[in-house]
Order: sequence, then C-alpha cells, then structure tokens
Amino acid sequence: MKEEELMVKMTGSQAIVKCLQEEGVKTIFGYPGGAVIDLFDALMDSDITNVLVRHEQGAVHAADAFSRVTGEVGVALLTSGPGATNGVTGIATAYCDSIPLVILTGQVPRSLIGNDAFQEVDIVGITRPCTKHNYLVSNKDELVPILREAFYIARTGRPGPVLVDLPKDLMAGQVTYPEQKPIRMQNYQPTYEPHIGQIAKACKQILKSRKPVLYVGGGVILSDAHKALEELAINLSIPVTMTLMGLGAFPGSHPLSMGMLGMHGSYTANMAVAQSDLLIAVGARFDDRVTGKLEEFACNAKIIHIDIDPTSISKNVKVDIPIVADCQYALTAINSWFSKEPGINMKEEAAQHEAWLETIREWSTRYPMTYKEEGELIKPQYVVEMLDKLTGGDAIITTEVGQNQMWTAQFFKFNKPRHFVTSGGLGTMGFGLPAAIGAQMAFPDRLVIDVAGDGSIQMNIQELATAKQYNCPIKIALLNNSYLGMVRQWQELFYDKRYASTVMEVTPDFVKLAEAYGAVGLRATKKSEVVPVIEKALATKNLVIMDFVIAREENVYPMVPAGKATTEMLLV
Amino acid sequence: MKHTLSVLLQNKPGVLSRVTGLFSGRGFNIESLCVAETLDPGISCLTLVTRGDNAIIEQITKQLHKLIDVLKVTDISEKEYVEREMVLIRIKAEAQTRAEVLRVIDIFRGKVVDVSSRSYAIEVTGSASKIQALIDLLKPIGIKEIVRTGTIAMARATKNK
Repeated sequence: MKEEELMVKMTGSQAIVKCLQEEGVKTIFGYPGGAVIDLFDALMDSDITNVLVRHEQGAVHAADAFSRVTGEVGVALLTSGPGATNGVTGIATAYCDSIPLVILTGQVPRSLIGNDAFQEVDIVGITRPCTKHNYLVSNKDELVPILREAFYIARTGRPGPVLVDLPKDLMAGQVTYPEQKPIRMQNYQPTYEPHIGQIAKACKQILKSRKPVLYVGGGVILSDAHKALEELAINLSIPVTMTLMGLGAFPGSHPLSMGMLGMHGSYTANMAVAQSDLLIAVGARFDDRVTGKLEEFACNAKIIHIDIDPTSISKNVKVDIPIVADCQYALTAINSWFSKEPGINMKEEAAQHEAWLETIREWSTRYPMTYKEEGELIKPQYVVEMLDKLTGGDAIITTEVGQNQMWTAQFFKFNKPRHFVTSGGLGTMGFGLPAAIGAQMAFPDRLVIDVAGDGSIQMNIQELATAKQYNCPIKIALLNNSYLGMVRQWQELFYDKRYASTVMEVTPDFVKLAEAYGAVGLRATKKSEVVPVIEKALATKNLVIMDFVIAREENVYPMVPAGKATTEMLLV
Repeated sequence: MKHTLSVLLQNKPGVLSRVTGLFSGRGFNIESLCVAETLDPGISCLTLVTRGDNAIIEQITKQLHKLIDVLKVTDISEKEYVEREMVLIRIKAEAQTRAEVLRVIDIFRGKVVDVSSRSYAIEVTGSASKIQALIDLLKPIGIKEIVRTGTIAMARATKNK
C-alpha cells in the first residue's frame, strides 16, 4: 500500500484532538463559540477535560499556571473575535514570564477572512508582539505539522506562548493525519550547551571572587536547574538572591538565601549586590524593578550572565562573561568544572567567602524583613507569615498583583520551585484566582492558596464559578484594604497623599459573595482572629474566601523609589 | 553609525510585519528596507539600513535572529561590501535644458527610459551617496517625480577564495 493510504482520514477537529493527545495534554482551559464549535464537539469524544472558565482571560491565566506548576505546556482554547482578544492579556502575561503555552483560537472560514466577517479579528496580527510565534493555518496539510511545531517552539529554548489560529472550515473539513516525525527546524535551533571556554572563564572568575552573589531568576525554575544551583551555592558558600520569578529556585529558609532583590527586595540582598565583586546572574534579565538606577547597579562587580536567550545578554547591563545556554546545562557544567579541575579544594574556596557571609549576616540581623505590630490591627505581613506557618510552607501560592503580591514574596518562605505562581513581568491584576484554578486542576490533592487584594481579585472574580464547578477547594486569602493599595502607596509617598482613583468606595461583602457562589466565606477583623480563620479555612473541603480586613494604609517596605539606586531603600 | 543588515527569511505571509513590528515596538529605526525572493522561492532576502551604536546594533541583530522565521542575519557593513540603489526620476526637460540634463545623466551613467516633449524619465543606479549627489544636481532643473528602491547590498568575496 502507498504511504498515503496508510494515513487515517478524519475531520480537522479530530486531528487537533489526536495531536493534543499525542502531546500528552489531559486538561485544557477554554470557552466555546461559533468558530470552535466543531473542536469542542470533537473534544467530547476524547479523554481531554476542558475547564469551562467564565472569561477567556481566565482560560489563558489558568493554562499558564497549569504550566508553571507542572512544567508542561499549558493549552487554552478560545473562539474567534472577542474570544481571542479577551485572551490577549493572558497571552502577554505568559510571554513576559516565558511560560510555554499553546493557544488555539477559532477563526472565520477561510473564504471569509479579510471580509470583516462576524467575530473576525486578525488575532495573528494582534498577538505578533506578545507571542513567541504564531500561525494562521491556511491549508489542511499544514494543520497537524503546525500544531506539533507550536508545542515544540513553546517548550524549547526560552519558552513562551504560541498561538495557532484555526479557520472553522479547516476544522470541519476532512484531513489526513500525518505520521509523527521528530521536529527539526532549520530556522530555530536554541543553544542548550554552554561554550566550554566561557564556562572555564566563569569558574576562574568565581575562584578569584571574595564577595560573590548569585542572582537567579525564573530561568532556573523553567529549566529545572534548582538542584544544580543548590550544589553550586552550597559547595562554594555563595549567597543567593532571587527575582520575583526566581522565588523557590533556592530554598528561602536556607542560611545562604537573602530573599528577593530589587524595588521591594530585602535590605541584605540589595546591599550585597551593590557591594559584591562578582554577580552571577542565572536565568534573570536585569529588569528595571531589579536594577533600579542602572549606573549604580552592581557597579563594583564583574558580571557573569547565563541565559538561553541571547537578546537578554547585555541588553540593560554590560556583561563581562556571557554564557548563552540552558541554565541547567550551564550550572551543571560549572559544577563539573569545579569537581574535575585539579588542585581545587572546595572547602577552602568556600571558606574564602566567610568574611563576606559574616557581613551579610550582620545586615540581615540589623535590617531584617519586618513590619510594625499595631495591637489588634491585622497586618497583611502577619497574615502571610501565618499562612506560611500553618501550611508548613508546602502550599502552592498564587497571587494577584500589587501589595498583596509583594507581601507574599517578602514574607512567605518558598523552599521549592513551582510553588509560587505570580505575574511578574506584565504585572497582570486578576491573575491570581484563575491561576489558582489552573494549579488546582493540575494537582487536585494539593493545597492551593490565592493571596489576593480586593482590587485585583475583582478583575476576574467571575472565576469563582469555575472553581466551584470543578470542585477546586482553593483558599483565597483576601488582604482587604478597600484601596488599590500599591498605587495608593505611591500616591502617599510621591504625590502628596492625593488618592486619585485608588479608593474603592464600594466593595462587595466578600463573605456573602462567597456564599452566593456556593463557597465558604470567613472574615477576620482583628489580629487574634487571623489564625482561627486560617485554621478553619484549611479544615474546609470547599472553596473558601478569607476576608482579612487589614490595616488600611499599610505600605510595602523596603521600597526603592523608581529610578533610584537599589541601595537607597525606604525602610519600615 | 549607519549599518546595512542582510536578513534571510522565510517567504511567508506576515513575515515582513514581524520584522517591521520588531523595529517599531522596540524603538529601532529603519532608514530603508528592500525585500525580494532569493534563488530559493521559499526564502526572501531583506536588506535593511539602520542607525545605532554598537549596543543597539547588537540588540537589533539578536532580536532579528530571535524571530522564528528569520534564518540568517548578517551585518554586511562590518566588512567590505557593495551597495546599490536604483532611482527613477522624471525631470523637466524644456528646450533650453534638454542637453544639460542629458549631460548630467551621462556623467552618472544613467539611462533615459521615457521621453516626452517636456520631460525625461531617467534610471540611475549607484550607492546611496551617488544617488543623492545626482538628486542635488537635478533639483535646480526641476524634478517632477522621484522613486527610490532603497539600498540593496552584498559582501565582497574574500580575496583567497
């Protein structure tokens, strides 16, 4: 028989479903509509679960979080036109944080494209700058190969979202299902292996250093390089600071951890970076929230930068030793250089850093991450500390964006990777609740907590219904101050306390709101109620909103005013 | 500093807008841009003239390379290269200036490609600076219409090959 006769005929939709199965997809997040009705129909005959969200932004955030906690490619399925445009914020969020997603969008039939048809938008054009790559499938033979390529591109190199736009007639029509072949793209070959000469150079620089700092970002988590990182840091006694995206890459309770750096980073981390003689940046991109005033960032240090994306290197800060590679490959190569190079005594090398570690310990004793207690007022930092304590630090934590996010980053000790899910680069309000759904769908038996603010959570509050429908027993810890707190903080500090449009004069009764959705609502208005409320929530097998009425004008400290050097911190 | 980049890319719909979108989105400038098929109809060659210091050109090159549809990026102006641009000019040619116009065109090795009683249309190729010199000379006589292709460029062969 000829090869063609061996291939199976099926509808385009069935082919898409089969391809998703081949990629190992079990759960997707989507919302139906006219253009994707065939695909949803085909999904009904498969073992793939579609989580029906209440807004397409929620679908993409949930798929994004699913990926962040599992390391797999997240999948969202949206209809054409408004379905697709509603997903754009989610796509941009994933793009900024390098999260591998495949977004499937329906498109009007090919014969109508360009005619301003009903629910037609050029979503490929719209998402070009916020996807790693995107496709409009224009003929049936390309359908499956493009989908396979989309998954491949999403998960390899620096990961990112890939969108595939699917005209309705292609999904309804017949296609032949091509055999699976290994993907080789002449035009896309990310560099995984580090240049061995650069590794040796970096290692020699590390040996020369007396005040080294490891500055690690989300790349370490994305490449599962946390073990290699721990080995390097611990063997050589190098203190570690993490970006927001890097939290969990190194155990937060380890003595070598200095916590987060940057605008709301710890005093210790910012001082250490400023005074270090060698900054080892791993999977981080020198974002402005990390560096503050560029000219004064790590200005006494040589810089080694490991990143899989060449564009990240020397983009903001000139780098002395660039290493383009996957973080895991590079760190493993560094570790093995140290173990093989003759005449190196790791213990002695580590001891060279003792004076430096002593300085760091002094900083953290003198200026620890702290806040002021005020009687029975609920301090948000206290809520986060209690969450950490009462969950044994093992929960998956998602956050909204703003003060709630920073307090969580500062006061929850993340000890493992893929336990902290937050919108870092884009800073998308409304991320936390749908993200918690994505995480809970990935791990139904684990504890998932969304630390929320009352402003942010209202941007995607409708997803409570999704959480309820899919029996996600998420615990929402709402730090409620009836303000858009982070912007209000800026207004307090830099705009003469003129609270322009940051006062939420009306907020819903979140306890009643929870009940309206069939969830459990709990409220704490005094400090002494915090622990009982958390304990009760943790003992409840249902979706819970814990409404913590917090000290209204509590600020996030330390804070580096925008554009200042990171050593110019405002402290508590 | 001016740089001429030669970019090989997949000849597919939307690829050009990925390139131009990258430049506008990141605030890089494009002085000229010229794109056409190569011998392989699946691949296009894009010649792009831009300006920037070394750090900016490095970013431009890396960012272009990051686009999935881009196969190869070469900064041609780093080494010896030839660049050409073609221009079509319709110039006023009244009785008293016709001879003068022809002399100028001849000096620039141009060709008359269309004639009317009051104008010539001429074709000239050369480096961007040569084209500019021609335009400066013809302006006082009266340029009625002008179309330029933008620069295309090719690296010179290395001596020992």
